[in-house]
Amino acid sequence: MTRPVHYLDHNATAPIRPEAAEAVMQALRDGGNPSSVHALGRRARMVVEDAREAVAALVNARPEQVIFTSGGTEADALALRGCGRPRAVASAVEHSAVLRGHPDVAVCPVTPDGVLDLAALETLLAEAQADGQVVVSVMLANNETGVVQPVKEAARLAHAHGALVHCDAVQGPGRIFTDVHALRVDLLSLSAHKIGGPPGVGALVATDPVAVQPLFAGGQERGKRAGTENVPGLAGFAAAARVVAAGWREEAARLATLRDRLEAGIRARQPAAVIWGAGAARLPNTTCVGLPGVTAQTQLMALDLAGVAVSAGAACSSGKVGPSHVLLAMGAGEAQAREAIRVSLGWTTTEGDVDAFLAAWAPLAARAAA
Amino acid sequence: MTTAVLPDAPDVAALDLDIAPSRPPAETRVVVAMSGGVDSSVTAALLAERGYDVVGITMQLYDHGAAIARANACCAGKDIHDARRVAAAIGIPHYVVDYEGTFLGDVMEKFADSYVSGETPVPCVLCNQTVKFRDLLTAARDLGAVALATGHYVRRQRGADGRSELWRGADPAKDQSYFLFATTREQLDFVRFPLGGLSKDQTRALAHRYALPTADKAESQDICFVPDGDYARVVEKLRPGATRPGDIVHVDGTVLGRHEGIIHYTVGQRRGLDIGGTADRLYVVRVEATTNRVIVGPREALGRESFRIRDLNWIGEGTAPDAAGVRCVVKIRNSFRPAAATVLSAGEGAAEVRLDEPVHGVAPGQACVLYDGDRVLGGGWIVRDRTA
Repeated sequence: MTRPVHYLDHNATAPIRPEAAEAVMQALRDGGNPSSVHALGRRARMVVEDAREAVAALVNARPEQVIFTSGGTEADALALRGCGRPRAVASAVEHSAVLRGHPDVAVCPVTPDGVLDLAALETLLAEAQADGQVVVSVMLANNETGVVQPVKEAARLAHAHGALVHCDAVQGPGRIFTDVHALRVDLLSLSAHKIGGPPGVGALVATDPVAVQPLFAGGQERGKRAGTENVPGLAGFAAAARVVAAGWREEAARLATLRDRLEAGIRARQPAAVIWGAGAARLPNTTCVGLPGVTAQTQLMALDLAGVAVSAGAACSSGKVGPSHVLLAMGAGEAQAREAIRVSLGWTTTEGDVDAFLAAWAPLAARAAA
Repeated sequence: MTTAVLPDAPDVAALDLDIAPSRPPAETRVVVAMSGGVDSSVTAALLAERGYDVVGITMQLYDHGAAIARANACCAGKDIHDARRVAAAIGIPHYVVDYEGTFLGDVMEKFADSYVSGETPVPCVLCNQTVKFRDLLTAARDLGAVALATGHYVRRQRGADGRSELWRGADPAKDQSYFLFATTREQLDFVRFPLGGLSKDQTRALAHRYALPTADKAESQDICFVPDGDYARVVEKLRPGATRPGDIVHVDGTVLGRHEGIIHYTVGQRRGLDIGGTADRLYVVRVEATTNRVIVGPREALGRESFRIRDLNWIGEGTAPDAAGVRCVVKIRNSFRPAAATVLSAGEGAAEVRLDEPVHGVAPGQACVLYDGDRVLGGGWIVRDRTA
C-alpha cells in the first residue's frame, strides 16, 4: 500500500540525507576492519577517524573526546554507568534511555512549561551530598515538546556541588547551537539518525574520556567502547554532521518559519488546542499539540490514513499509545497527556507538508471539545 | 492442510456485505475490529477484496502479563501479532488502540463486582456494549468510516419500517446474538456483520481461500481476561478480601456445610457442592451476598415462572414492550434452549418476563435475551428479587 507521505516525525528519526546515504554505501562497498593492519583496514581506520573529526567539529569538541557508540541510548548508558558516580539526578522529562540508564535515579521536577526547575535541582543536590557521588543528567531539548533546557545553569549548579554533568543532546544539532564547552557539560550524547545520518550510530562526547569506564570489554575506541566499529554508519554520521555544521543556522530559520505557519494554522482551526511548552524557549522544529477530547491514538490513525506521519507520547512495541510522561511531569492530567501529538519538522519538510497536516487535522480539530 | 474436510468456500460475490450500497467501495472507509481470530480476519479480507477502504483496528484490553498466557484465548499478545500479520497479508492499514483503562472499569471491575454481589456476570456483553460499540465505534467515526464491521455471527436486517434489526446468525451453532442484545438501534445503523449468513466452516474455507495466517487458528472459548478459566482468582485480585467463607444452607433452613466464598457459586450449579450425607441431589438455588450464604435445594426448588430484568434494551416494535405484553422466546444463558414467554414493561428501563412453563437456573446477573423467531427484540439483565 503506497500512500503519499508527509513525513513530520523528524524527532523520531530524520530521513537520511543523500550525502549520508552515499557515504554509507561507499563504505559498505569498501569494507575493511579498522583494527586490521592491511591496507583495507587502514582505509577503514581513516573513515573512522575522519568521522571523529566531523562529529567533534559539530559540537566544538576535540576528536579525542569522541567515543562512538551504537546510538543515543548506548551513549546515555555509557555516560551514566561509565562515569563512576553511584547516584544520578535527572529531569522528569528525560528520555527513558536516561531515566532507566542508571540504577539509582532521583527525578528533578520541571515547571508547567516543561523547563527543569533549577531551585529544585539545587535542593536535590544539597540533600544528596553530591560531591563525588552524583551525575546530573539534563537534556539539551526535549524530544516531545522541543522545550530547551537550562543546561548551562544546571551544569554550574551541579559542578558547584561536585557533581558531574551529562547532557542528552540528540535533538540539538541542526536546530540549536550545540557546543559542549559553551554548555559546560562533562558528557554529551549524540545520535546520527536524528540529523539525517543512518540509524545505529551515535557518540558520547566526554571532556575527560579517560575517566569513562566501558560498559563491556573489547578494546576499541581507546578501550571505552568494545566492538568492531560500524564503519559505514560512521561514514554516514560524518557526512550528515558536515552538512548540518555547514548550514544549520539557515535551516533552523527556515524550520522556525514553517513551525510558525503550522502553529498559526493550528490556532486558527482550534483555539482550544494546547501547544505544550509554548511559553518556553523551544526548538524551531517541534510542536506538541493537544486536542481536548480527541485521543492521540485517534489523531495518529486519522493522520496516517491521510498520509501524514506524526507521533505521540510513549508508543510501546505493541503499537499502543500511552500517556506522555513528559506532559504528566508538566502537570497535565491523565486525559490531557493522552491527547497530544508531536509534529516535528526537518530538512525534507516543505510548506506543502505543513498544509497537508493542517488539512488532515482540521476535521479532528473541529470535533474537539472546546 | 485441513481444506479437504471443509465445504467449498461460499460464493463471495453473492454475499451482501450491506455496507453502503450507494457509494463506490474505494471511497467507502470501513473499520474492522480485528481480534486476531479467524472470524474477524475473514471479515477484513472479504471487505478488502470487494475494494473497500478497510482499516483494521485491534483493541489492547488488558495486560497480558497479568493473565496467564494461553494460545487460544482472545486478546492475548499473540492475537495482536496475528491481527497485524493478517492486515499485512491482505494489504490494509492496521492499528492497535489502548482501551485498557475503560476495559478495566467498564468490564473487568463490573465483572468482579457482579460476582461479589452474588450474581453471575456476562462480561462479553459489557465489552460489546462499551469498548467495542461505544469507544471503537467513536474512533471509527473519527476516522471517517461509514461503518464498523465485526466478525460476529449475527445478522443485521432492514425492517419494514426501514429501521435496522438484529437477527440471529444463520448458523445456529455459532449464533452470537445472546452477547449482542444490548446493541442499540443507533449502533445497529453503524455496525455490520458480514459473516452473519455464513457457517463457521464456510468462514474457515474462506480463510483458506485467502490463505490467511489465522486460517487454522483454534477457537477461543474463554472469557479473554480469564484465559485459564479460574475466574475466582481474577475476582480476588480485582476485589481483594471481598470473598470469605460462609454457610451452605438448605432451603428448609438446615445448615449443611461451609463454602469458600459465594463467588464460586452460580444458580443451578450442582458440581462442586461439597455436601456429604444428603440423599437428594442438591442444586444452588440462591446466592445471598448480604448474608454470605449459598442456599441449596432439590431440583424442584429451582423452577421459576417469572423474573424481572433491568437496563432493558428494546429493539422490537415501538420504544418498549407494550402494556399488554409481547409474546417471545427467551434465552437466560447462551447455551439455553429458548423458552416461550411474555414480556411486559415494568417501569423505567425494566421489564417482567413471564414464562409459559417454569424454567431452571434463572441466575441474577445473566442476560435474558428476547426473540421473535430469529429476530432479537432486545433483552436485559436478570434481577435478583425477594425469592431469588
